Amino acid sequence: MGRRLPIFLLVAAFLLLRLDFWWADEARLVAGLPVSLLYHALYCLAAAAVVWLLGRVAWREPEERR
Amino acid sequence: MTIAILILYFVVLLGIGAFAQKMFRGTGQDFYTASRTLGPFVLLMAIFGTHMTAFSILGASSEAYKRGVGVFSLMASSSAIVVPLLLLYVAPKVWALGRDFGFTTQAQYFRARFASDRLGLLLFLVLTLLLMPYLLVSVLGGGITLAKISGGALSPAAGGAILCAVVLTYVSIGGMRGTAWANTFQAVMFTSLGAVALFTIVGDWGGLAASFGALAAQKPELLGRQGVIAPAELATYTLIPLSAGMFPHLFMQWLAAEKPGHFRISGTFYPLCLVLVWLPSIALGALAHLDFPGLQGPAVAGVFLELIDRHFGELMVGLITAGVLAAVMSLDSQVLAASNMFTNDLVRHYGFHDRLSERQVVLLGRAFVIGIVAICWIASLFLKPTLFAIAVWSFTGFAGLLPSLIAALFWKRASAAGVAASTFTVLALLGYYLAGGASAERGLPGLGILPVTVVLAAASLVLMLVSLLTRPPEKAVLEKFFPR
Repeated sequence: MGRRLPIFLLVAAFLLLRLDFWWADEARLVAGLPVSLLYHALYCLAAAAVVWLLGRVAWREPEERR
Repeated sequence: MTIAILILYFVVLLGIGAFAQKMFRGTGQDFYTASRTLGPFVLLMAIFGTHMTAFSILGASSEAYKRGVGVFSLMASSSAIVVPLLLLYVAPKVWALGRDFGFTTQAQYFRARFASDRLGLLLFLVLTLLLMPYLLVSVLGGGITLAKISGGALSPAAGGAILCAVVLTYVSIGGMRGTAWANTFQAVMFTSLGAVALFTIVGDWGGLAASFGALAAQKPELLGRQGVIAPAELATYTLIPLSAGMFPHLFMQWLAAEKPGHFRISGTFYPLCLVLVWLPSIALGALAHLDFPGLQGPAVAGVFLELIDRHFGELMVGLITAGVLAAVMSLDSQVLAASNMFTNDLVRHYGFHDRLSERQVVLLGRAFVIGIVAICWIASLFLKPTLFAIAVWSFTGFAGLLPSLIAALFWKRASAAGVAASTFTVLALLGYYLAGGASAERGLPGLGILPVTVVLAAASLVLMLVSLLTRPPEKAVLEKFFPR
């Protein structure tokens, strides 16, 4: 459990970060895009980094059964 | 010119199918899982190409036209983390089932894991039922696209029929290998052409900031989510991509991977590919108000194609439309999955193949798939809900079945009765919501949450309770699937 807990917390926190309620009524443009759209596009890029990290530290090959 | 490019595109797909047939090893395993030879790039593109359908380009852009850029936050960013998590932690387990036991369908696994023939049959029927609306999305999307390209010379019904004929042909000759290669070719096309479409069109409007600035002056509500997407809806949309874990066509592709380590690569690059497809679809869908304000009803479904038509010359219209068709033609993997399920879960399992020649089994499988596609094509003539709505209902059903797969893989105490009760719960709730006129892609009145939330919670609860109250699986079965 010692190693699983921080990984679980990382994934849970990352899932929560998707819920950007703070920008729900924000129509301002940043880098030419509506801020919420830009945030979610960057969130997808960050997801790639999180998955890469999980693949390095919290993944193992399935065992052979027979 | 546009028609010539599309004919060339169809010829390339048929050529891929024919080339794949040359490598066919003459076994069912090879036809349906390519003898587990898909390398990391083809696996990623096949999974991504299959997952992106008419829903991702035509459906998403028309939904963004109606509801604004917030649609990206609903589907794209939730899929960006949920689907890779499934690829990391569920797909390798499924892959190992294929390696260790030779399964090619979900029903085969459930039948063996719970030692229940009836459970396998139930799952075959339910998965086929849920696959049909997903097929319908592709038939409808293909019909809309080909009708638009032909300038009305083809009706959407005729367009849908042509698309089905091309797909059925190359899937029949190429099997999983041909379908995976076709998906790779298609995914490369629509992933690269989306960005070209976005930058060219917003360039015509004076750049990205000028385009969104003009939209803000016309329809400021489309730049945010206030009053358009409720917080509960945003939160519960996280559950929709769980459906990917139970799609029969993705299950088959997982079995076709060369090594389980490839899923780490697919998972890492999946979110990046997602941005390349969804960002242009959503941005152009919302910005389409600048060229086509006030569209209503069916006209909204083709708004992406209207933009392409207005802003590009014939060559690029042909290429980009072929890219849109590439996404629409994810139909191929679904068709292959339906054929696999029918042949292995029904014909072979119940021994019909003993009374038939191998050729007759193959013909029967093709007849079944043609029948299923024909039903979807006929339904496309009469049903006119949006692509987005149909797809989300299908996703809701598949997501509701995921607890059964997770329990089968990770929970020894799960029982056949628990899985069956959970499956019936999903069906009952889908029936209840559909009969009540609920919307799969909008929050439930009063609660604000999507129906998938209730379906998933109820399916999980029933699975646990019924499993705990009924006889556990035999020890011998558990030892087979959970070695010490």
